[in-house]
Amino acid sequence: MDFSFPPEAEAFRQEVRDFLATNLTEDMIEATHDGTMHIPGLHRAMADRGWLAGPVPAALGGGGRSPLESVILNEEMQLARAPIDAMGVTVIVAAILLEHGNDHLTQHVVPRLLDGSSLACFGYSEPEFGSDVASAKTKAEQDGDGWLINGAKMWTTMAHIADYVLLLTRTDPDVPKHKGLTFFLVPLDTPGIEIQPVPTMAIERSNATFYDDVRLDDAWRVGDVHGGWSVMKTALKYERGIAGGQFPSPPVIDAALDWAQTHTRPDGTKPIEDPTVREKLVRALIDVEVCRGFAYHCADLANEGVMFGVEGSMTKLFASESYKRHCRDFHDMMGAEGLLTHESADAHLGGRIEENLRHSPVTTIYGGTSEINRNVVAEGHLGMPRAR
Amino acid sequence: MQTRFTEDELAVQDAFRTFFANESPSTVVREAERAGGFSADLWNGLAAMGGPGMALPGSVGGGDATLCDLAVVADVYGAHLAPVPLVEHAVAARLLATIGGYDELVVELANGGSLATMALRPLVDGIARFVPAGAVADVVLGHVDDGIVLDRSMPPGDALPNTGGLPLAHRRLANNLISVDHVAWSHAVDEWRALTAAAYVGLGRRVIEMGVEYSRERIQFGVPIGTFQALQQGYADASTRMEGAHLLAHRAAWALETRQPDASRLAGIALLFAAEAARFATDRSMQYHGGYGFSEEYDVQLYHRRATAWILQLGDPSLEYARLADAEFGPVDGGKAA
Ligand SMILES: Cc1cc2nc3c(=O)[nH]c(=O)nc-3n(C[C@H](O)[C@H](O)[C@H](O)COP(=O)(O)OP(=O)(O)OC[C@H]3O[C@@H](n4cnc5c(N)ncnc54)[C@H](O)[C@@H]3O)c2cc1C
Repeated sequence: MDFSFPPEAEAFRQEVRDFLATNLTEDMIEATHDGTMHIPGLHRAMADRGWLAGPVPAALGGGGRSPLESVILNEEMQLARAPIDAMGVTVIVAAILLEHGNDHLTQHVVPRLLDGSSLACFGYSEPEFGSDVASAKTKAEQDGDGWLINGAKMWTTMAHIADYVLLLTRTDPDVPKHKGLTFFLVPLDTPGIEIQPVPTMAIERSNATFYDDVRLDDAWRVGDVHGGWSVMKTALKYERGIAGGQFPSPPVIDAALDWAQTHTRPDGTKPIEDPTVREKLVRALIDVEVCRGFAYHCADLANEGVMFGVEGSMTKLFASESYKRHCRDFHDMMGAEGLLTHESADAHLGGRIEENLRHSPVTTIYGGTSEINRNVVAEGHLGMPRAR
Repeated sequence: MQTRFTEDELAVQDAFRTFFANESPSTVVREAERAGGFSADLWNGLAAMGGPGMALPGSVGGGDATLCDLAVVADVYGAHLAPVPLVEHAVAARLLATIGGYDELVVELANGGSLATMALRPLVDGIARFVPAGAVADVVLGHVDDGIVLDRSMPPGDALPNTGGLPLAHRRLANNLISVDHVAWSHAVDEWRALTAAAYVGLGRRVIEMGVEYSRERIQFGVPIGTFQALQQGYADASTRMEGAHLLAHRAAWALETRQPDASRLAGIALLFAAEAARFATDRSMQYHGGYGFSEEYDVQLYHRRATAWILQLGDPSLEYARLADAEFGPVDGGKAA
């Protein structure tokens, strides 16, 4: 084996670090406290450098940069605390459109997604179906040359700032669930769409979106009629491969180390002198190296054109579960002081650990729950029988 | 970047897989355990294959293989719980070759005629306690304040009765200083860590495989137990950790081989993670075997006991965490962290 990066990739890492050092400011990160995990200025600056188009395969008209560079970009952004949510989703939607979309979508929409002028969001989950997303029942019916859409989606994160939603709909209720699905890219300013905020226990907000007699031209259809599941597979492939989320822990560990070295406990000692604290810090650093191994492995597979599935699930499962553990450990370490939120002037480093603690539970839920990812590993990697 | 085995590594894996599968079935492991944790027949077979000297220089009769190749073999060796101290021997022989001046002895080690090991724990009053393979090695390297000592003496043969059925023994080492190169010693112990991590991966993956096989055959409530999601989720977790450990172990071996600046850190990390992952995997597999897993008859208990034992040869794992913490954050000194 060989875990070295080619010189171009190392140079790219340095370029990203330099870029973030100048373009990502504390004020920008501060602004995400309104609940929207997106920094428009940063997004556009990245688009200007061609970094949004970078990970999209060249054969499909993207930047065709090596997946090793995508993972580096994700890693460095997460280490620098830059939100990657909206960027990740927009890039994935562009890649899906390039693989499954018609001329209208690839020629008129994709360029706007990749040049930073438009954003897209995912509309898969519904009030009644999350893990079992293939049971989605938001309805699309043929209406003359076009379509008529009715239904409701839950957890349409970023819909309130996005221009498009990639919508999973049911076009045939009378066939097995995977065979009656069709995808559309729906402009969010189409009449009949309503967006309502869904606040969460963390700072981030999501949305519920409602579709009431939404009329759509057939040009907005993505992939074949009833061919939605094959589009979904592409979506999941990119989501667990390119989208990131492998490095949520380092900023928490940085903050924990800072606290451990600077805080004085009532008995006059510092947490960093406590062997239990030291062991927890080392365990967290070990977990980060495991995530690195997984992330680089996925990138290497993608680089060689190997379609990965199980590896993406393992990465997501391990990164999110260990992140949750790190947040709990270091929040505990801070005792009552750790309870202070971002609003408190006394909160350590702007309440970073508290904020991560409250965010962390969702990471093992969204993007495929841990249970679903374990099912994927049990079936796909261990060859165990399908349990559902 | 190449995160899967190369063609060459796959060829090495193939050859040793066939060898260990044929020559080290669990009957051999059990027999060796009754005889103190070592099978001379297996060692001779391994020597005939060039195993003991594979990663020594060709000039002393070695196979010129890399530490990465050795890690591939360590994985297979771990999967079969092979009752021969391949890791200790390879690491000790490489250290002696690095020190230089002992070519004749290294030739003996390369062809397996002599068996070497390292006393992983510091000597106290000339005694090295709990030496891995100490019961069978006639060449023991040890670490003292001044440097590295070499002892050549008849091994006791009898092992200290222990959890893992390992050929552990205390040894009195001759005060024969052969090197003052402390860095070379640390590097060798790091090689031990990386290779033992790889062996743990073989062990952990195999014990999951055994459990999954069993889950197809064992019927309860009218269905194979493998259809129960509780088992699937547990094995999926264990398997995820083993794959993470696999990537770490071979990354550590690569880093040591190519002298990366973070090589020592990665070796320490790989061992701790792989040991814990494998112990989790053996725990799950035993649990999902039910009562039979606890019986002497089933092999899962052999894996369980060795998973527990291997890392303890180095000492309490907490001390390994502490060692890494000192390197990361500076030691705690006089009540103050540096
Ligand atoms: C903040 C946030 C943002 C989100 N953003 C988006 C977004 O932008 N777009 C989007 O489409 N969706 C989004 N989601 C939805 C997310 O993908 C779903 O929440 C997730 O897939 C789980 O579905 P569910 O919430 O309906 O839970 P359920 O599917 O009802 O699951 C409940 C529990 O049952 C378990 N379970 C379900 N099925 C199985 C099974 N087969 N085996 C074992 N256990 C099982 C689950 O693991 C879970 O523990 C978001 C969710 C949140 C909370």
